[in-house]
Amino acid sequence: MKILAAIKQVPARDTQLRVDTDARWIEEPDASEINEPDAYALEEALRLKEAHGGEVIALCAGPEAASQTIREALAKGADRAIHVEEDALHRFDVLGVARILAAAAAAEKPDLILTGLQSDDLGSGQTGVVMAELLGYAHATIIMQVEAQGSGIRVKRELEDGWFQHVDLPLPAVLTIQSGINRLRYATLMGIKKAKSKEVRKLTAAELGVPPAASVVLDRVYAPLRVKRTVMIEGPAAEQAARLAAILRDEVRVL
Amino acid sequence: MKILVVMEHSRGAWHRMSWETLAAAQALSADVEALVAGHETGELAQELARKRLSRVHAMESPLLAEYTADAFTATVAGAVERIRPDLVLFPHTYQSRDFAPKVATRLGRVLVSDVIRLRDDNGLVMTRQLFQGKLNADYRAAGPGPHFASLQAGVGRADAVEAGSAEIVTVRLDHGEPSRAVPHPPFRESSRAIDLTAAELIVSVGRGIKEKDNIGIVEDLARALGAELAASRPICDNGWLPMERQVGSSGQTVAPRVYLAAGISGAIQHLVGMKGSKTVIAINKDPDAPIFEIADYGIIGDLFEVVPALSAEVRKIKG
Ligand SMILES: Cc1cc2nc3c(=O)[nH]c(=O)nc-3n(C[C@H](O)[C@H](O)[C@H](O)COP(=O)(O)OP(=O)(O)OC[C@H]3O[C@@H](n4cnc5c(N)ncnc54)[C@H](O)[C@@H]3O)c2cc1C
Ligand SMILES: Nc1ncnc2c1ncn2[C@@H]1O[C@H](COP(=O)(O)O)[C@@H](O)[C@H]1O
Repeated sequence: MKILAAIKQVPARDTQLRVDTDARWIEEPDASEINEPDAYALEEALRLKEAHGGEVIALCAGPEAASQTIREALAKGADRAIHVEEDALHRFDVLGVARILAAAAAAEKPDLILTGLQSDDLGSGQTGVVMAELLGYAHATIIMQVEAQGSGIRVKRELEDGWFQHVDLPLPAVLTIQSGINRLRYATLMGIKKAKSKEVRKLTAAELGVPPAASVVLDRVYAPLRVKRTVMIEGPAAEQAARLAAILRDEVRVL
Repeated sequence: MKILVVMEHSRGAWHRMSWETLAAAQALSADVEALVAGHETGELAQELARKRLSRVHAMESPLLAEYTADAFTATVAGAVERIRPDLVLFPHTYQSRDFAPKVATRLGRVLVSDVIRLRDDNGLVMTRQLFQGKLNADYRAAGPGPHFASLQAGVGRADAVEAGSAEIVTVRLDHGEPSRAVPHPPFRESSRAIDLTAAELIVSVGRGIKEKDNIGIVEDLARALGAELAASRPICDNGWLPMERQVGSSGQTVAPRVYLAAGISGAIQHLVGMKGSKTVIAINKDPDAPIFEIADYGIIGDLFEVVPALSAEVRKIKG
């Protein structure tokens, strides 16, 4: 199976976010990491390859700095990578980003494209579905299990309220992978060494024929307004704990 | 502004968020139409016809009896082309996640997903969250419609849907092509051993706990309080606690008297599972964590210091 895993680099979870001066995006974060569900998508791709043979290609659109995340994917076992280098990806809307990724994917003719369910930065939750439509592939979302079956695959979809559903799909297909589908591996020293000699093909959106256009305009990025007045308990930890315990006794009355 | 609301139902029952979306549409415009797609949707369409709507579109086909992305995309995209609304709204459900982006793409449009606020300010302004709720962003619909958006829970209020009467337009469809995906019947995993929905007190732990071995300190607080232990999704994804302790859109929905969240950021998928709690207490080292937006009491601090101290104070009071 030839499998493409779409991985995005996002600001690391614990970094401070600063809105940029024109309030259109954020300033360069201090630290970045792979988008969480994408780590699970990559892991699932590697497991499918280990079970059925084939190739895993990591696909990433992002700035030069995203090379770090691409290297990590190669160190974990991806065979090669495609890096669509774009400094200001936020000038493209979701459709634009999906067009970039779909154009890069089309040239590879993969059997399976795995994306994360949702990005931690934009949180659109739709790039995979849009790619499937652009490529004419079948798709399924919020996937918790993938099994080869005959000439196609059987997947387990997460539904709401603790329900699940199996769906059979022909290949080629796009799946959006939910966090928790598998247990993530760490890169080995050997893997890190090998990654250095693996191919990373660099492309640009312009070369793929996708101009930066947005039919929906991002007007303004801002910190959310607090609607609720939270009673903040200040002081050193011991004092905070004592006051909260008193509140639980006297105000909330559960002690 | 003509708005088309795509309603969701399964096995004869409406998805509650459909009504919320309909209410949000009514608040925005006098010209709202609703669409229901399925097989034998007569009664559902009748119910819609008693709301303040310009028209109800019942899209009927045996191929729509079970949801598939292929059939629903063809149906809704076709309907949008015929009805020509300025704005198409979906509830941001798992089903919409699966096909609404496909509908928009087929029509060459962009879906603004997971919108938490919708308003008309010299044009349509849609607010959605970025960075898991740490920032908000306003998006403006530019140029001619149709524009597409999916609405998160709580944008409109289901009980605010206005009554009225509307004509029903029934369209019997005959898509030549069957779906590529073959869905099997939905099922639940083995029954839950732990029922958090009945718990009076819940202490919930998030990724701020860092390692599995640290969970003991939160468990100890739960024990001191006589509370159930719950968790955010990453804790269960990592196998640190069983899935059945997960609270949120893909876990349990709880409404205890007290919900104490330690090291939980407050992503929307977590909040929908616990925001009905009577009193919410949050312990988080990040003053900007979204959990503080819904917390009644907040402690900005290190849970590794605060939680053990709190367990000791609780035990002191309980004697
Ligand atoms: C379709 C879908 C369904 C989902 N379903 C669910 C669901 O049912 N339930 C769910 O919970 N999530 C769900 N999620 C995931 C959700 O989006 C978030 O990723 C998740 O809730 C984050 O968990 P968290 O708050 O524990 O972790 P994080 O977001 O990483 O937050 C950790 C928090 O801990 C704080 N912290 C760190 N160290 C300390 C310390 N020493 N002391 C105090 N605080 C500290 C940090 O400031 C941070 O706020 C779902 C996502 C999707 C896309
Ligand atoms: N710039 C990108 N590069 C690679 N993959 C991406 C990119 N943007 C989105 N994706 C993929 O699409 C998924 C969903 O993203 P989103 O639609 O933004 O929530 C992510 O989890 C990634 O797998």
